[in-house]
Amino acid sequence: MALSKVDYNSLNVTAAASKALKWNSGADGFETGDVAGALVLLETQTASSDDTLDFTDNIDSTYNEYVFKFYNIHPATDQAHLQVNFRDGGSSYDATKTTTTFEARHNEDDTVATAAYDGGGDVAQSTGIQLLMSYQGNDNDQSCSGYLHLFDPSSTTFVKHFMARTSSVQYDNRQRDNYIAGYCNVTAAIDGVQFSMSTGNIDAGVVKMYGVS
Amino acid sequence: MALTKYNYNSFDITPVASKALAFNSDADGFTTATEGDMVLIKTLTASSDSTLEFEDGTDDVVLDNTYPIYLFKFINIHPSGDGVRLQFQGNAAGGSGYNETMTTTSFRAFHNEAGTDADLQYVTGTDQAQGTGFQDITDYGGGSGGADECASGELWLFDPSSTTFIKHFMASASTYLNSDYQSQKYHAGYFNTTSAIDEIQFKFDSGNIDSGTIKLYGIKDS
Repeated sequence: MALSKVDYNSLNVTAAASKALKWNSGADGFETGDVAGALVLLETQTASSDDTLDFTDNIDSTYNEYVFKFYNIHPATDQAHLQVNFRDGGSSYDATKTTTTFEARHNEDDTVATAAYDGGGDVAQSTGIQLLMSYQGNDNDQSCSGYLHLFDPSSTTFVKHFMARTSSVQYDNRQRDNYIAGYCNVTAAIDGVQFSMSTGNIDAGVVKMYGVS
Repeated sequence: MALTKYNYNSFDITPVASKALAFNSDADGFTTATEGDMVLIKTLTASSDSTLEFEDGTDDVVLDNTYPIYLFKFINIHPSGDGVRLQFQGNAAGGSGYNETMTTTSFRAFHNEAGTDADLQYVTGTDQAQGTGFQDITDYGGGSGGADECASGELWLFDPSSTTFIKHFMASASTYLNSDYQSQKYHAGYFNTTSAIDEIQFKFDSGNIDSGTIKLYGIKDS
């Protein structure tokens, strides 16, 4: 006997692209949602000679942690710095920040291997950009990858903490491992994150934004 | 009225073991979906609590050999006191008291809001050498000094159910210090025991956890 199969639009819920079928919180109906798993991909941006990559959608109270993962960020200009800034309402990326940064570096010819606080990479109550990686190389095979965590950006009570780690090939053929952390010293919600280079543009690379449920 | 029950093979898609049922990318049919590898186990929200505990088998907490790696994320942890540190300890399965032996390291980068002081330093006062006390995971955070001051970060715990090896952990935190500094603090170490660790407790070295959230995730190995 042939089975009569239940079609996608036969259920008492509106079909939503790429979403799983779940019972609702009262267990008395269906809803759509993400498949169980705490890291939810919200947006992907692929650079192609872009001055900036701006994330302005989906940064709200849905999640209390957001993670940006960036892969193979390749600058158009040699010795350019990868940088980030945050928007606290309005249209400008100018949230006040105090940060720390330290780094380890090691030359390919093994002549330099150090770890130190990077006084040139931190900011103190600055509205300007925060460096994520300095002096990137732009040979065809040189790039920067890493991640940035942003905690509870929608809070209107607390400052907003962020933590990042980046790895890069620098212009003078050294590996650099950067650690950055700090807070946006504002109680306004952070509703946008912008990535850019200090000079030139982002020639290539991918930035993905996830929500952590 | 009799309900019509749909069986596993009633849907217009071929069942695949251990996959979820989802709508396809055009929302015009079914597909299968893979569960994520990072699974939220438990969320605890502080409200003037002296401690927050994650105990395997209690209140839906899983902290056993179900996952090889566990991750705690602490978000906007706000103390009732000022200049206090968030700490944690473990309790071995079948044991009593949060007092496992640890050896740990501790270092930090700091920078004041005035821009006049910044450094990277090892912090001997917040490490342990075969100690049984609570281990710091944040710096001296503000609390009563400012309503917007807090700390956020994460703590990784590796293979806590092992009865062969010691149990490693690694923590990182961003803290708003009580003296208006930003601190980036790192701790790592191990529970120097071959007993399984199945309970973790968080608290401040003084006062309560006024507010904040701690989430526990399990990381799948396959």
